[in-house]
Amino acid sequence: MTVAVGDTLPELVVEVTPTFVVSTAIATRDYQDVHHDRDAAVARGSKDIFLNILTDTGLVQRFVTDWAGPNALVRGIAIRLGVPCYANETLTFSGQVSEREGSLVVVNVVGRNSIGDHVTGTVRVELP
Amino acid sequence: MIREVADEVIARGESSRRAAPDPVNVPMVRHWVEALGDSNPVYTDPVAAAESVHGGLVAPPAMAQVWTMFGLRGTRPADDPLGAMVSVLDEAGFTSVVATNCEQTYHRYLRPGDEVTVGARLTEVVGPKRTALGEGWFVTTVSTWYVGDEPVAEMLFRVLKFRPPVEEPVGEVLRPVVSLDTEFFWAGTRRGELRIQKCVACGEVRHPPGPMCAACGSTELTYVVAQGVGEVYSFVVHHHPPMPGKRLPFVVALVELAEGVRLLAELIDADSADVRVGLPVRVDFQRIDDELTLPVWRVRS
Ligand SMILES: [Zn+2]
Repeated sequence: MTVAVGDTLPELVVEVTPTFVVSTAIATRDYQDVHHDRDAAVARGSKDIFLNILTDTGLVQRFVTDWAGPNALVRGIAIRLGVPCYANETLTFSGQVSEREGSLVVVNVVGRNSIGDHVTGTVRVELP
Repeated sequence: MIREVADEVIARGESSRRAAPDPVNVPMVRHWVEALGDSNPVYTDPVAAAESVHGGLVAPPAMAQVWTMFGLRGTRPADDPLGAMVSVLDEAGFTSVVATNCEQTYHRYLRPGDEVTVGARLTEVVGPKRTALGEGWFVTTVSTWYVGDEPVAEMLFRVLKFRPPVEEPVGEVLRPVVSLDTEFFWAGTRRGELRIQKCVACGEVRHPPGPMCAACGSTELTYVVAQGVGEVYSFVVHHHPPMPGKRLPFVVALVELAEGVRLLAELIDADSADVRVGLPVRVDFQRIDDELTLPVWRVRS
């Protein structure tokens, strides 16, 4: 694929339903109650259950490989965590190619919800 | 103390390696891609995976950490470096935690059958720093996943352990409804008196006040000024929801007075962990404005 610095990736919109929060937490073997028990999450001062970090990393990876295709090789994912992503939010990922060196590109990624930037980061990926 | 423990744990280097409960396997990958909605065929479709750059099924790189998660009944090993820092920071009052950074590097894709182990080391402890969340320490660990002795993935993980700031109360305290029956009580608190209703006819004391004596039915009522000492009969620690004019958490205590009646008020200046039934208290008065003074309890030593 021909990719240049400044290229924009197609948006990924994720409906963060309670089912999504719970199923991704369990699929990542993260049993902390704030990811599946609303009463416990509220008692700990949160508005609702919220996405775990392993899922954030996974979604950032998915966002980039949805664009880069099955023959791309993900080499690294670095994220900074911002506002929480509670159940019933919509999380929208956008991204742009920020560096290119041969087949290796760096994509800047932002995942936003209604309260702000939930996750920002970079993905290093080797394109086919 | 924090610095000393940090230096000691950093010097200790990598913890002993912990094995994943299961080898990398397709069923766990399938659950993961299904939950995340990832349709990349190289993870679950053997034919497409064989034709891909991988030449066969691989696990999503972002699953690296999943293989060695503690699970529902897992416990942190004693030499876990993050666990050691969390304990010392908790003790120092930096009790809240928030993850700030997670940076993963993948040296190669994992394949079904790979047996993964993980080791972790503390690399950096920085603080105390003023942050938007409160004063805290940034604690950085690096975990390395291995197959045999080959490092396959690394993760830098940074958390902020912070002291939750005391939240300033918002709004004005809720005001009591003052009626003909309770007017004398609030007039009392304004003067620093805790007034308890008393029946003129039979001498019964009671609280809260009412229009008629519950013992004899008389409507001729007066009051006595209580000594203002008693013991906690029952209490609640209110954590949530926020209350106007109140700093969370706060303690509401039902106190049995020496006069034999029970009266509800906030117990102030006490650590909620120290409150117990039978705790000796005395009344004090918290002036809100010209109209309203609230009775409160203080611990009596
Ligand atoms: Zn009476």
